[in-house]
Amino acid sequence: MSTDSSLDTREATPTSTSGSRIPGSALGRIGLGALVPLLVLALWQSATSLGWVTSAQLPSPASVYSAAVDLIERGELATHIGISTQRVLVGFAIGAVLGLGFGALVGLSRLADALLGPTIGAFRAVPSLAWVPLLILWMKIGEDSKITLIAIGAFFPVFTTVYLALRHVDKNLIEAGRAFGLKGIKLLTTIQLPAVVPAIFSGLRLALAQAWLFLVAAELIASSMGLGFLLTDSQNNGRIDRLILAIILLAVIGKATDALVGLAERWAVKRWA
Amino acid sequence: MTSTLDHPTLVAPTSVSSTALRVTFQGVGRSFDGREVLRDVDLEVTPGEVVAILGPSGCGKSTLLRSVSGLDQPSAGRVLIDGTAVNGLDTRCAVAFQEPRLLPWQSVARNVSLGLPRGTDRASGSARVAELLELVELDAHRDLRPREISGGMAQRTSLARALARRPGVLLLDEPFGALDALTRLKMQDLLLDIHGAYPTTVLLVTHDVDEALQLADRIVVLGRPDDATAATVTQLLTVQGARPRIRNDEALGRMRSSLLASLGVDAHRH
Repeated sequence: MSTDSSLDTREATPTSTSGSRIPGSALGRIGLGALVPLLVLALWQSATSLGWVTSAQLPSPASVYSAAVDLIERGELATHIGISTQRVLVGFAIGAVLGLGFGALVGLSRLADALLGPTIGAFRAVPSLAWVPLLILWMKIGEDSKITLIAIGAFFPVFTTVYLALRHVDKNLIEAGRAFGLKGIKLLTTIQLPAVVPAIFSGLRLALAQAWLFLVAAELIASSMGLGFLLTDSQNNGRIDRLILAIILLAVIGKATDALVGLAERWAVKRWA
Repeated sequence: MTSTLDHPTLVAPTSVSSTALRVTFQGVGRSFDGREVLRDVDLEVTPGEVVAILGPSGCGKSTLLRSVSGLDQPSAGRVLIDGTAVNGLDTRCAVAFQEPRLLPWQSVARNVSLGLPRGTDRASGSARVAELLELVELDAHRDLRPREISGGMAQRTSLARALARRPGVLLLDEPFGALDALTRLKMQDLLLDIHGAYPTTVLLVTHDVDEALQLADRIVVLGRPDDATAATVTQLLTVQGARPRIRNDEALGRMRSSLLASLGVDAHRH
């Protein structure tokens, strides 16, 4: 036992080595991450106040801020943000669930792969915006067409990662499971699904980014509310302050939702990998 | 005296009901895509016996073992366990592979419980797992993940998982092949202890002549007779002497030389 016990507590310690390069605390990390945005803000401020650019090209941070206050006071900003977030979440949920289902089916069944694989591959090859005219024609300009487009965007990253991950689950583990009498659903839930959980979460993360992308595409083209609408509307009215506000909001909200899924991903990798 | 794994007492096999089963190979042959790998394997393994299957790489040792568990079907002949033919995965067997093949996201204890027969109730299952973890001396490490333990500990987990089924036949496919020499010797002693506590039938595939001599009642040598493409049983030796055997015993030494010679190795150089 003596030789073994020297190895007992051996653990992978990559975190501690990488931690020595950047400040260890979470606060330090946030501080570092905020450094570049603050620099950009300072540069922006000086560019406008020192007259490097005209306010028609780039309004000052203060005027963007007051545009935000103005929109909040009219109650429009909350509506725009609310409706956009709702569309993304609903479309993302639908696309992710379908992606999981089809990814699992095609990844596990040779028959389903042969039957559906080429068709799904062909659909994936269609550029996303090509769907817009058809969706509007079929579903009119409403929530359905937008959510469908976002769901299409979220579907493929999840489908592809789940499908590929299931294909590459360690054959030895599956054989061991079969040797111990696991089969069918029991084999799936005991070995195959847990093995691909980290991959599922990275797929979800990609899908969420795609969902925001498709949201803006949908709202730019046809909508009366939402951050994409705020973009086109401001462009048409020459409200460049609102336009920049919309871009900043998309960045902040997109990053926030990504961080949430990122947290879940970290938990999943720790738990399942 | 038996074990260099320094456990003072063996766990009493309190809840053991496993009965060792007879394994019979009747004219077993196996071809892959028309290429014959094994042919005409006939062998009778008596209940409780430890039989080592020895042979050069690629001679079909593992294939033969897999035909007992039902992970593979022979193309010719059949395998019987306790008089009934193996047809599909056989729950009377348990396997330990060369690699531990543990689920990386589960603890040691949960990995062992994967081997419990379906329908084991929670209480008796966890008692069984605790008992086995004590037997393989992993009770202090039951909550660790496979990546947190050494190769030898992982292989002990794999053995405990196999024993959790109370198998009538324990199939070991080079279970110690990937371990360092010292750990391998300890694992061999542990296997003897396990066989003492749970006297099941053991089929052990190995390429290690000394391991076979140390552990087995009988040694089956698989090889290709002159000009043949398929391997079959070329020697069947009975190893004398009660286990644990003195590793440098003279009679074992002579057997070792002749076994190495039959495997095409010059014993004087090793």
